Amino acid sequence: MVTTTPLEEELRLLAGSVPDPELPVLTLQELGVLRSVEVLGPGRVEVELTPTYTGCPAIGTMVADIEQVLHDHGIPDVSVRTVLAPAWSTDDISAEGRRKLAEFGIAPPRPGGPAGPVALSLAIRCPHCGSTDTELLSRFSSTACKALRRCASCREPFDHFKEL
Amino acid sequence: MTPSSSAGALALGDDALVLSHRLGEWAGHAPVLEEDVALANIALDLLGQARVLLSLVGDEDELAYLREERAFRNLQLVEQENGDFGHSIARQLYFSTYQQLLYGQLAAGDGVFAPLAAKAVKEVDYHRDHAEQWTLRLGDGTAESHERMQRGLDALWRFTGEMFQPVEGVDGVDWQSLHTSWHTSVSSVLKRATLTVPEGPQTGSWSAGAGRQGLHTEPFGRMLAEMQHLHRSHPGATW
Repeated sequence: MVTTTPLEEELRLLAGSVPDPELPVLTLQELGVLRSVEVLGPGRVEVELTPTYTGCPAIGTMVADIEQVLHDHGIPDVSVRTVLAPAWSTDDISAEGRRKLAEFGIAPPRPGGPAGPVALSLAIRCPHCGSTDTELLSRFSSTACKALRRCASCREPFDHFKEL
Repeated sequence: MTPSSSAGALALGDDALVLSHRLGEWAGHAPVLEEDVALANIALDLLGQARVLLSLVGDEDELAYLREERAFRNLQLVEQENGDFGHSIARQLYFSTYQQLLYGQLAAGDGVFAPLAAKAVKEVDYHRDHAEQWTLRLGDGTAESHERMQRGLDALWRFTGEMFQPVEGVDGVDWQSLHTSWHTSVSSVLKRATLTVPEGPQTGSWSAGAGRQGLHTEPFGRMLAEMQHLHRSHPGATW
């Protein structure tokens, strides 16, 4: 997208304000999955969306929700395309998104993605008590994008949005 | 999509679809709840990859539910029954190591599969790590877990050779170096797990690299019957 019209800006804000179906504390904009909103013609808009994980089952609901919010804004013809490249990364989650995740009880992903031993050595902070003394229980949790951990200080289990 | 690329998408897509179904069979049966969740999540990743790949070829549902056994192009390795947990982890180690290396090569190229591979390889990193951690734990665990893990590795070894035969339509892959890297990686894990790298041939004399040619092993027919039953018995049914 080389230039963005004011209408496209407005529609992007609208589409970006849609909450994530599985993590409603985050908007799609904060999750970083909304790639572009383009007006193709009068009443005709194309949205590009990228999945967090290839098999993310929430993508269908995201598409329907985006269509709905744009329909409600008077755009009759909305097509939402799913794009894979460039691949989504947890680094695409905004700072505000990370803050909200922690507030919601989910440890946010560490910056820099999963590559290399450096990221792995950084401590993951318990979102409940703030302790960095936490241990991995399972690499996979309630959804593919989360790992299950336990805090050694307050003993509470918690989800960690794992680096991708 | 050229016809050749379609053939490649079918092969990679069927690997992901069939292994996804096998892992899904663990739901409710895994040794601990966390593993139920982990295996289902890995299955979901693979299903997502399968959907993208099969959609490049045609209608994903038709391809998954209405093809006969002979029309599937998956490796024989992924269709093997789950067996015990060690057997399934052996299959996971063999396949996820292969998929990680293969998708890594595809992601680095500029072929038709590069975007999907770049996306999927990050998911597969976690699958391989999961398989490695369990291999270490079972191999270097009790005498019982060690023996079962070794049994799984030995039983599936003869299905591993097929992975390194060039796949039609999957271009830009150095299959020889893939094989070497795979062997090095798997051997390193097995050594640390106090397990033995199986020594027999990596292909059965009867198999002739057959999954990619549509020749499958006995358990596959039963798996398909279960997987396709609902769709075939109730065409067009929706939730």
